[in-house]
Amino acid sequence: MISTFIIVFRETLEAALIVAIVLAASAGIAGRTRWVATGIVAGLAGAGLLALFAGRLADMFEGNGTEIFNAVVLLLAVVMLGWHQIWMSTHGAELVSESKSVGQDAREGLRPLSALALICAVAVLREGSETVLFLYGIAIDGELDARSMLQGGALGVVAAALVGALFYGGLLRIPLKHVFKVTGAILLLIAAGLAAQAAAFLVQAGVLPPLGYDIWNTSAILPQTNPVGFLLHILVGYVARPEGIQIVAYIATLAIILTASGLVRRMHREASVRPA
Amino acid sequence: MKLSRFLSLSLGAVALVSLAAGASAATDQKSFTITIKDHRFAPATLKVPAGAEFDLVVVNADPTAEEFESQDFHVEKVIQGGKQATFHVGPLTAGSYGFFGERHEDTALGNMFAE
Repeated sequence: MISTFIIVFRETLEAALIVAIVLAASAGIAGRTRWVATGIVAGLAGAGLLALFAGRLADMFEGNGTEIFNAVVLLLAVVMLGWHQIWMSTHGAELVSESKSVGQDAREGLRPLSALALICAVAVLREGSETVLFLYGIAIDGELDARSMLQGGALGVVAAALVGALFYGGLLRIPLKHVFKVTGAILLLIAAGLAAQAAAFLVQAGVLPPLGYDIWNTSAILPQTNPVGFLLHILVGYVARPEGIQIVAYIATLAIILTASGLVRRMHREASVRPA
Repeated sequence: MKLSRFLSLSLGAVALVSLAAGASAATDQKSFTITIKDHRFAPATLKVPAGAEFDLVVVNADPTAEEFESQDFHVEKVIQGGKQATFHVGPLTAGSYGFFGERHEDTALGNMFAE
């Protein structure tokens, strides 16, 4: 039961932390709870569906179906995070100035919310399908202690949600003036980290070259398996022994999103200085 | 009688062809096999060449699924019970690369030494 608890907890924690950051990043935007909830439910439904077809998916692309799927899903999340980031670069200030935001234009609120809902869906989908398969495997194995293991799994989900809630509470203690800056920075780094993960999956599928292993090795100082390393892996994409291509993907993602946000912000400013 | 002779002849031909194909594949690239049995790796340690590409075949001889994972050479794949997976790895820099079965991390642990 303990081992099931730990496995499910770890799988779910990643999704829970991402949902927590998304909730903090959208604090004060009307209707965000509904959007995030929709994202989570869609992710769960997708996870169940994915678990159902996992065998067939794995056999696609010469046995690399799962890798390709993971990479595509991760890159989709990167695009959505990037879009949200670029959108926030112009509207973030407005959100802060109209901090109560109840009367905010619904259409304006809608745009980043659909992206944020999708990010939640993707996070839940990816980690959820593995958990579903894992628990299903236990259930059909018909082991005597299946019930206690399923209980362990349920407890793991609850514990991960609790940690996510605590993290959300912590983020909310940041004054609203800074909360978008903090969550924006975390989301940007999450996007870069997800791009690096996608790159590793594409190497595994034989689509991309690794461009070298062990570009650095900090596993003696901060292994990815200890709690701090694991948390940093989720939040900023920390990798103890990265492949070259992971670093390329990480830096390229940061550069593209930051450049695009800068361009959009400048265009926005020029447009407001010289009204047509 | 005739049919069975034909069958055994063609079976023999198929075996010969597949043997030849296997031999030519083996000369192209080195291949290493790890078997998962009773949630343990056999062999649990293996030597692989540094600076060269190779195939790593992981056979899951257990009836239960296992997730073969390494954060050191970056692979992550669920292998169903009785199935196997082939990973294309390298060229690695010399050093030690750990791997584990995520569903039985207490017993399914191994190390690869690139030399």
